[in-house]
Amino acid sequence: MSSPATSLSPFRGEGQGEGRGQHILEFGRTHPSVLIGLAMVALLFLVAMLAPLISPHNPLTVTPDDAYMRPLSPGHLLGTDELGRDLFSRVLWGARVSLPVAFVAVAVGLFGGGCIGLASGYWGGLVDLLLMRFIDALLAFPALILAIAIVAALGPSLTNAMIAIGVVAIPVYARLVRALVLQLKQMEFITATRALGATAPRLILRHLIPNLLNPIIVQVSLSAGFAILSEAVLSFLGLGAQVPTPDWGVMINSGATFLANDPWLAIVPGAAISVTVYSFNFLGDSLRDALDPRLRA
Amino acid sequence: MTAYVVRRLALMLPVAFLVTIGVFLLTHLTPGDPALILLGEDRTPDAIAAIHHQLGLDQPLYVQYLTWLGHILRLDLGRSVTTHQPVLAAITERLPATLELGGVALLWSLLVAIPLGTIAAVRRGSLIDRLATGFTVGGVSIPNFFIGIVLIFVLSVTLRIFPFGGYVPFNKDAYENLRHIVLPAIALGTAGAAINMRFTRSSMIEVLNLDYIRTARAKGASWQRVVFIHALKNALIPVVTIIGLQVGGIIEGAVVTETVFTWPGVGRLAVESIFNKDYTVVQGIVLLAAFSFMFANLVVDLVYGWLDPRISYA
Repeated sequence: MSSPATSLSPFRGEGQGEGRGQHILEFGRTHPSVLIGLAMVALLFLVAMLAPLISPHNPLTVTPDDAYMRPLSPGHLLGTDELGRDLFSRVLWGARVSLPVAFVAVAVGLFGGGCIGLASGYWGGLVDLLLMRFIDALLAFPALILAIAIVAALGPSLTNAMIAIGVVAIPVYARLVRALVLQLKQMEFITATRALGATAPRLILRHLIPNLLNPIIVQVSLSAGFAILSEAVLSFLGLGAQVPTPDWGVMINSGATFLANDPWLAIVPGAAISVTVYSFNFLGDSLRDALDPRLRA
Repeated sequence: MTAYVVRRLALMLPVAFLVTIGVFLLTHLTPGDPALILLGEDRTPDAIAAIHHQLGLDQPLYVQYLTWLGHILRLDLGRSVTTHQPVLAAITERLPATLELGGVALLWSLLVAIPLGTIAAVRRGSLIDRLATGFTVGGVSIPNFFIGIVLIFVLSVTLRIFPFGGYVPFNKDAYENLRHIVLPAIALGTAGAAINMRFTRSSMIEVLNLDYIRTARAKGASWQRVVFIHALKNALIPVVTIIGLQVGGIIEGAVVTETVFTWPGVGRLAVESIFNKDYTVVQGIVLLAAFSFMFANLVVDLVYGWLDPRISYA
């Protein structure tokens, strides 16, 4: 049995009989800002994927004779750092660090928070009470403090930073999924499906999860921006990626030392972080405007 | 109301209990033996066993937790491994600088957010509204440490208007204190300004569409009076919630800003302690941050109900 249209799923509904591709095209036409956001994020992923092909130099190659070259120098579009490494190449490779961090951290948060939210909302009662107290305890910590505490406990590294940022994202997804499941549980199609004898796994996998996707897509986009920002903070503090990784936070940290004479060493990677986070936030905001039925009303 | 406060406090207790377990376990998950850090080179098995006994590390984990909790309840957060100073003293010594920075940052964020949010709402769809909306997305997208570095480059290194770091206590030299606080406060408060502006704008738009605003206009009240006297007061109610949470999260924001501007506050102490593997201090700061955040949440809930009588405590 397929789920009927709900207010939570604007992709479904009156266009269900039409081709899915046509429906998506129509959605893109009516919400151009979503397309712009998607294009910005897609471009970032493209840069990350093609970095080995499009970066003019190896981001780790040290050439002391080329140190401190200014932007627009021959062969070095954005100049070089204190060790003569090409800044443009390092910024391009930086996307290969930040974007996977965002992906893993969001996946950890989504999986952990999603499972907790589903169990809590679906079974309710004691399960809900216990799981939600655990989530309340996680929410009691300011996000960055919790991430720093986890990294401090596990030891500074990029992997631990990913785990920490993912754990911090768990309560957000848990609360969101629980609220949506509670809302969906009241709907007639869920009651009907249950009355027909659907098992809990079938109900969750076939009927609840598909109807949670739109609000979750919005949250994923916003969480990715937060994850990239948090990873940059942790790496800037020396708790995330370590030298000589071409990570934007690490690059700002080392570039800040040379601010008086070579400000671009900090400003270029800072701009890269800002543009990346802006792209994800822009996409998240546009998706929310497009998908949230209350805002559309 | 009293019943609500009691119920709310009762709900906070299990969460506070879980928070203490979390903080305790985080420190105990830390790789490395505290005895080895304390002993340095003198690592004989007897000496290690003596330190374990002295610190209670030879006890079962739950006994260690209960002993630690007993100390926490007596406000004894232990001693720093590196400076041997009581952790509570180390934190309270640095707390005024953090609160001062957080307070000025919050003031800056409100001075930007409320007028800009109000104007954007009143002139919805105009160029200023679009610029303000762009600022809200940009403000939360630019890392505060990067804002700090750009400010240092422009206003300290290039124009030499402000010092690039450090701290002068207010009671020593008020003018120098203000000069030193401007840049870190702007860096710390910009993201908050963007968030507060967004809430002010959306809340103001909502309030301006209400019937009582139309009535006030129909009665001949000027547009300025309607906006600033009738609408703004009610529009700021949701903003108060966010401000409360920002106050509770001052330590969180200060961690990075204090590091960039060598501001001698609790945030910088946290970072220094992590690198010194001084986990007793880290534990104390995380606990303080979590409890101040929980307390801010409680205060926000209560103030929200006080400001908006429609909210029921039943």
